[in-house]
Order: sequence, then structure tokens, then C-alpha cells
Amino acid sequence: MRRIYNKIEQIVGNVITVIADEVAYGELAKITSPEGSSLAQVIRLEGDRVSLQVLAGTKGISTHAEIRFLGHSMKTPFSKSLIGRIFTGSGEPRDKGPAITENMIDIGGPSVNPVKRVIPRNMIQTGIPMIDVFNTLVESQKLPIFSIAGEPYNPLLARIALQAEVDIIILGGMGLKHDDYLFFRDVLEKNGAITRSILFIHTAADPTVECILVPDLCLAVAEQFALQGKRVLVLLTDMTNFADSIKEIANTMEQIPSNRGYPGDLYSQLASRYEKAVDFEGAGSITILAVTTMPGDDVTHPIPDNTGYITEGQFYLRNGRIEPFGSLSRLKQQVNDKTREDHRAIMDSMIQLYAMYKESIEKQSMGFRMSAWDNKLLKYGERFEREMMDLNVNIPLEQALNLGWQILADCFQPAETGITTKLTEKFWPTIASNSAS
Amino acid sequence: MGCKCGSIETANCHCGRIVGINGNMLTVEFYGTVRQNEVAYVVLGESRLKAEVIRIRGRYADLQILEEPKWLKVGGHVDFTGELLAVELGPGLLTQVFDGLQNPLPELAKQCGFFLKRGVYLDALPRDEKWKFTPVAKKGDTVKAGDTIGTVPEGIFTHRIMVPFSLKGRYSVERVATPGSYTVDEVIAELKDKKGSIVKVSMVQKWPVKVPLKCYSERLMPAETLLTKIRILDTFFPVAKGGTFCVPGPFGAGKTVLQQLISRNADVDVVVIAACGERAGEVVETLREFPKLIDPRTGKSLMERTVIICNTSSMPVAAREASVYTAVTLAEYYRQMGLHVLLLADSTSRWAQALREVSGRLEEIPGDEAYPAYLESVIAAFYERAATVKLHDGSVGSVTIGGTVSPAGGNFDEPVTQSTLKVVGAFHGLSRERSDARRYPAIHPLDSWSKYCSIVKPEDLQLAQKTLRDGNDVAQMMKVVGEEGTSIDDFIMYLKSEYLDTVYMQQNAFHAVDGTVSAERQSYTFDKMVKILGTKMVFDTKDAARIFFQSLTQKTKDWNYADMDSFEFKELEAQLDKMIGEVAARAKNLQ
Ligand SMILES: Nc1ncnc2c1ncn2[C@@H]1O[C@H](COP(=O)(O)OP(=O)(O)OP(=O)(O)O)[C@@H](O)[C@H]1O
Ligand SMILES: [Mg+2]
Repeated sequence: MRRIYNKIEQIVGNVITVIADEVAYGELAKITSPEGSSLAQVIRLEGDRVSLQVLAGTKGISTHAEIRFLGHSMKTPFSKSLIGRIFTGSGEPRDKGPAITENMIDIGGPSVNPVKRVIPRNMIQTGIPMIDVFNTLVESQKLPIFSIAGEPYNPLLARIALQAEVDIIILGGMGLKHDDYLFFRDVLEKNGAITRSILFIHTAADPTVECILVPDLCLAVAEQFALQGKRVLVLLTDMTNFADSIKEIANTMEQIPSNRGYPGDLYSQLASRYEKAVDFEGAGSITILAVTTMPGDDVTHPIPDNTGYITEGQFYLRNGRIEPFGSLSRLKQQVNDKTREDHRAIMDSMIQLYAMYKESIEKQSMGFRMSAWDNKLLKYGERFEREMMDLNVNIPLEQALNLGWQILADCFQPAETGITTKLTEKFWPTIASNSAS
Repeated sequence: MGCKCGSIETANCHCGRIVGINGNMLTVEFYGTVRQNEVAYVVLGESRLKAEVIRIRGRYADLQILEEPKWLKVGGHVDFTGELLAVELGPGLLTQVFDGLQNPLPELAKQCGFFLKRGVYLDALPRDEKWKFTPVAKKGDTVKAGDTIGTVPEGIFTHRIMVPFSLKGRYSVERVATPGSYTVDEVIAELKDKKGSIVKVSMVQKWPVKVPLKCYSERLMPAETLLTKIRILDTFFPVAKGGTFCVPGPFGAGKTVLQQLISRNADVDVVVIAACGERAGEVVETLREFPKLIDPRTGKSLMERTVIICNTSSMPVAAREASVYTAVTLAEYYRQMGLHVLLLADSTSRWAQALREVSGRLEEIPGDEAYPAYLESVIAAFYERAATVKLHDGSVGSVTIGGTVSPAGGNFDEPVTQSTLKVVGAFHGLSRERSDARRYPAIHPLDSWSKYCSIVKPEDLQLAQKTLRDGNDVAQMMKVVGEEGTSIDDFIMYLKSEYLDTVYMQQNAFHAVDGTVSAERQSYTFDKMVKILGTKMVFDTKDAARIFFQSLTQKTKDWNYADMDSFEFKELEAQLDKMIGEVAARAKNLQ
């Protein structure tokens, strides 16, 4: 069986077409031309016409490049020696360490049988009240940070990663700015966390479509560790670059776009990655925290929109703060009934009041007279933003709940909060705090 | 070209070979006869992967493969079965968790471990389990499709073993098994047709999922309210047994939570949950919790009345389409036993997207947002399978269908939502504003509607709806003229509508008492609401009015949270009455 070919029939975008036989769908090939070599993956078969997506891009590829079919699909090594190492977006060492070739495993493997999952049950403490109190993060959750460019999403990711009690951190960088790559590396090193981290880094300088492998590489490795009982946290930044690569290939393949140029299977493509988040019955877990930058700050853009339909909530990062509206942890109810009995009441009531504060602000900005109630809300909203929303606040949950009561008591009468009498009788503070004006 | 069946180039050949692979779409050259929508198996080494014929052109058939296409090759062998995609029907379906192709997932986990494995197809019904059979039909009886031959107990139900639905015409009963325990494969009856040929009947039969099961004498108007114990539904936007409803909403607005609540509390016999292209974690919640939850109607675990069809978002896309049909066929099967069945599909948009993917690969002319032109008729035909029916023996059964819709960008002006709205009987539209403000369930009180019958008096309902509309008008106006530009009467109207919204439309799903409210309690509370809304109130200042309504709201919430049989309930009600009595008296004195 012939496995090496020397003639490319067609080059369009990052997809090449070769005449070959006995090629399998999804098979990997190595394309070698004088400029260098790249991996390519079979994405369509029509008779003996084989279309391959060239991961490093087709720039400079000659029609006489060598195409060698490898007889397997994309794989990654898996062993303990990955820990502490840094790789490129296609799995080559990026640090000065040796290449690892032992125990090669498939990436993009089958999904977990739902009956082998358990209901998530462990809270991940972050010290950030907007997360711990209002949108609790839970082990095995898949959750993106929706953000616009320029927001401190990478520092936020790093902060949560360092604070979280997990066994292994896997960072997948897609189109990461080199500075951001160095930032992550240094932060992990400085905090001693690099010894439990693995980095797969595709930077903005690398060929764009190469980032398409990053989530699968990270998640395949994460899955193996989780099966060994490890709690793994996977950080993916920025999934928008991943989605844009999918779009680019779909367009090259002349798929009919469904929405603003994005292919109709964007949902399934993203879901097959995010759904790898799991809490295994009798083994470990995978938690996925991702960054999705919103093109044009538009949450209805197909990337954040499809992501929101897949993930278990999202954190909106705006003006350096996690917005209470729109931000959501869908797993919070799995854990916030076991923290403290007032947790849910504080969570609901403070957000409802903050929503009313926003209405009062709007009225004020239109020049309407402020009622006594409006004035209470204005006072409340200002304190809520300063003492709860500010990302510099770093306090444990209990303390945050107490602070919540204090703010409420400084601004309102118990009946005005909408909290049931049972709870207000038990938790309502009797002394005003000194920060009350 | 070698052909395994040896009958190449003849009509009897069942073989084909792959000539093209594009995602989950295969183009297959065939040699004999091929049926539209028949099932074929693609041979890959030791395994055989299920596929469905979706288009035939000349010697080529296009197949959507219901599994991952990875590692298939051009030239690969394909076996056509000549049979449409079908499910197994018989005792043992309840409590099961199936994938979209009716593979039992717990059994699959036993065989394959943590991960799903393609090409493994297990029996949907356990083959070794014995069922206690009691004959109903007697030798010499004349029967037709759907008639009861005998029964077996299946958990809390009497499961009817019926004459296979695919049999046409009349048969005479030759033999019925004596009472005793049988497996589903054992012959429990022999029927003779007019020509004298014998049909052997076991407890399991097959039915093609895309063909509605219609062994009934007539369709009836859906008239009876399907109680959900959710106030805003039963009182304002009710669902009827045998009816249809849809829940569109942007992501995170509460579609799945709402369906989960309905699946627990709905006043029906059987619930079929179709998790179609959504999160696996959500199914896990159901399948881990239902066995522990007691169904107040039966005293048994909720799982005993539940079947879960689970084809979550990372499972093969083409099987998503199959999964909703599998689910509705199982629902129709239990309806044939005179039971009331509720099918909940989350999310119908994922199924529509699967259709879109296929249509795109077939290079059909795309409609709006690239959905195929036939989307609307496909959706309509699906919801048409809901009905209340009178069976041949006079008993009544129903299938109610509720589907969530996940519109792109949360904008209802898109093909799936619009096509669905044309055919359903109730619309529970979820709104982002309401979910952001934590006003759960986030069903929009003004945009939503229902054609079915509420549990409260129509004139009372109208008053409540008018209050909500008027209150909303005032709120809109206040945005322009401010509170100071609003008359105190208008302002009170606004407060009344906010009050009704907060204490009645909203409901705390996680609260032991407030989470589920019986029809009786709903009527009782609603009467109180009507009385309060109809009370003329006078306040000196808007602040005074607001303070009154704030304490009224808190009192009513406390009341909502109190057990209806408790002393606390009565006491809080008395306090509420007193508060209302005082404002009413004041208004009267001032007149
Ligand atoms: N009735 C409710 N009471 C309290 N919280 C709710 C309610 N409904 C929804 N929520 C909150 O909103 C979250 C999202 O709800 P849900 O998962 O039902 O959204 P969805 O509309 O199904 O979203 P998607 O389209 O992405 O699946 C829940 O996890 C919960 O935190
Ligand atoms: Mg949902």
C-alpha cells in the first residue's frame, strides 16, 4: 500500500487535496516541503480525492511537497513526565526539555457515558465574593469568562487557578499573546504551581489553525489524569480563537454558514470539548475555565451565544468587575444549600436590590426626583459595588455573607429586603458597621 | 467487485460501498434496491456502525451515520437492512436510560466502562427478565392491532401486551399463553389471519420511530388541565393533557430547570424525558435523583414512571434527530395502554440544528439561518403526535409534548421558534430581563399565552392579567415622566402588579413548600390575590404606599412558605386579612 505521495492537486486556504487511496477519515499525514513540515488531518474523502487540513497553514507549500500518511489519528503522549512541561499547540516541547513519546493516546476520544458521571458536589473557593456568594464555582463545572479585549481575564484565570484546590492545572493557550504566555508561566513558577501544571501554548505568532488542536490535547491529557483519580483544572484561553479557526476551515470547505459566517456545527464542535468536563463516578474530575472574548462586546455573537448554551453558566467581566447580571453559575444550587442557611437568601436578595439600584440610577440620570426609597438604593448600590464587586476584595465565603448582612442592615429595614422573617430574625445585625455613613 | 451477499447487480443485493465521506454524511454506491430512510450498517473492522439512508440519487445513496465517522475509508462495505429506524416496545422500558438509538446506557456502562463505544448495540429490553403474564384475550376472540392480549405488571402499572401495531386487518386468537412468567421473547399468543396463516406474538414488538402510532378510534379535544404545581403555569398559562407547549428562551433563562420541575410534579402517569443535544450533567441530575424522590401520586420513586432518552451534545449529532422520535414513540406506546404521558424535549433547537447540518451536507437550498425549507413541516408533524385519544376499548390516553427552544442570540424571531409557535397550544416565553433580575420562573407574564383551560375562574384571571398589563403601562410611563409625574392611583396600580408578580408569578423552586403548590392551594391563594387587587386603596404619599406593599409582600411570601395545614398559615393569613382590612377601611372613610 502506497503511503507517500508527491503531488498536491489543489491548495485552497489551509486545505490541500491529494489523489490517494486507502486513506481513513480523520487520518493524520505529514506534509514536508523545503520550508519545513506540518501535520495535516483528513477532513473529506470523495472517491480518491482526499482533502486535508494543514495545521501549520499552507503558506509556501509547493504542489510537489511530500505527503506521508501516518496510519493513525492525532495522538498525544500521556505520562507523569508531562507535569511541569510546556508544549506548543501541536504538542512539541516549547521549553528546553526532551520530546516525550511514551504512551501515546488518542485525542478527541468518545464521550463519557452519562451514567458514569456523578452530580457535582464540591465547591471551589476563590475568595471572590462575586463568585463564592453569588455564582459559586463547583468542581467539574465548565464555565467561560465572557469578556472584551483589554479586560484582566488572564489574571483572573490565574488567580482562580492558584486559589483552587486541585491536583493538576492544564493551561491551553490559543492565539495567546507572548506576554500573556510569559505572565502565566511566571505566575505559576512564582507560586510554585508549575510543579503541578502542564502548558500547551499556541501563541499569536504561530499559524492560526494550529490552535485547533489545543483544547483536544489538554482535555485528552486531563481525562487520563482524572481517570487516575486526580482533580484537574483546565484553563482555555481564548476559545474565540479556536472557534474562528473552525470557521476558517468550514469556509474553505465551502460549508453553508448558518450565522455571521460561522458553520452550523459550531455548537457541536464547542460542545464536544466543553462536555469533557466531568466528575467521574469513582475517579477524579475535570473542571474547565475558559475565556471567550466577545467580538464587538456582543453577547449575541455566535461564539459567546453558542458557548452560553453549552457551558454551565458564565462570568461576565466588564470594567474590571464580574457583573452580577448575566453572570451565572448553574451548579451553584448543588452546593449553596450546604454552605450556610442564609447563603441563598443573601444571594437572591442582594442581586434583586442591586437590580433596583440600577433602575434608580437610570431615573437619576434622567433627572427625576429621587424618592426616599431611591436614596436607600443609591446608598446600597454604591456599597455593593465597592465592597462586594471589586475584584480586589479577597475574603472567604462566611465573611462575605456577614458583610452582605451588614450592608443590608446599614441601608434597609428587614422588610425591605424581601428576605423571609425567619432569616432576618436570625441574621440581621444589630450594630451598624463603621463604614455606614 | 466482490459482494458478500453474492447477488451483485440484482435486486436482492443488500450491499454497497462507500465512495465519499464528508463529516457524518456518507455517499454509498449500491447495487440492489434501497429504501428511503432504511437503516444500513457500515462495516469497520469488527464493528458495524448504524446509518440511515436520507437521499437516493441514481446508484448512489446518501447516508447519515449515527456514530462518529472516524477511521472509515472509501471502499468500505455497507449492509442495507431494508428496515426503517425502529425501537423495541415491551415491558421494561420504564426506569430506563437509553441513548437516542435506544441503547440502554447502564448496561452499556457495564460492558464498556466509563466511555461510550461506537458500534455497540444492546437489546433495549432485558432478555432474561421474566414478566408475570395474565391473559386477557381468549381462544376464538377476534382481535386487531393494538388490542390487549394480556397484561403484565410493570412497576406501578398494568402493562398491556398488545396485538402488534403493524398487523393489518382482523385476526382470530388461536392460542394464548396460560398465566405464568415469561421473558419478552417467548411466544405468548398465536393469531390466525383470514388466509389461515399463523402470526406468533411475543411481549416485544418493533415500531418505526418516524411513523406515528395510531391504533385508536378517535382523537379528542385536549380539555383537562395538566397540573404542574407551578403557579404561573397552572393559573396563567396552563398546559392540557394531550396538548403541546413550548419554552423558548435565551441561554440560562431557566428552560431546563422549568422542565425538570415539570417532570417531577406533573400530574401524569408516565414521563418521557428526551435530553436532546444538551448537557450530560443535566441528565445526571435526573437519573441520580429521581430514584430517591417519592412521587406523591403513587408513593413510589419518581423513576418508576420515567424513561430517559439521552443524546447529549457530545454524542453523535445525527442520532439527535433519532432521539426525539424514539422518545415520542415510547410515549405513544404507553398512551396505547390508556395512560397519560408527558414528553419533555430539551432542546428541540439542537434537533433542528442536526437537520440543518444534514441539509447543508446534502447541499440543499438553505432557508433562513441556513435551516432547510422543510423545517416547519417537520416540527409541525412532530408536535402533531401529541393528542388525547380514545382507544378501541373506550379508555382514554394522552401524549402531551413540551419542547424547549434555544434561539440564537435569544431572539425569538428565528425559524425554530417561529415554526414551533405556529403549532403549539401554549407558549411559555422566558425573558432575559426576568432571569437577570432573578424573577423565577422567568416566564414573561405579558408575552406568554395559552389556549388551554386554567384552574381559576376566567373573570378572575382577566382581572389579574389586566392588573399586570396596567402595571406595566404605568412602569413604562414612569420611565419617561418619573415617579413624580405619575398619579398616586397609577402608582398604586403599579405596586399591585409588582406585588402579584412577586408573590404569585414568581415561585421559589428550591423551597420545600413554595416549590410545589397544589391546585387547591393555588385557587385559595389566587382568591386572596383577586381580593387584594380589587381592594380600593388610598395612601397619602407614594412612599407610604410603597412601605405598605413591601410589608404586604413580605407577609405574603411568609404565607407562601408556610405549610397549608399549619397553624402558622392561618395566623399569617389572619395578619394579611387585617392589613388589607385596614387599608380598605381607610379608603372607605375617606370617601
Ligand atoms: N425557577 C428557578 N429558580 C431558581 N433558579 C433558577 C430557576 N430557573 C433557572 N434558575 C437558575 O438559572 C440557571 C440556568 O437555568 P437553566 O439551566 O434551566 O437554563 P436554560 O434556559 O436551560 O439554559 P440553556 O439554554 O443554556 O440550557 C439555573 O442553573 C439556576 O441557577
Ligand atoms: Mg437548558
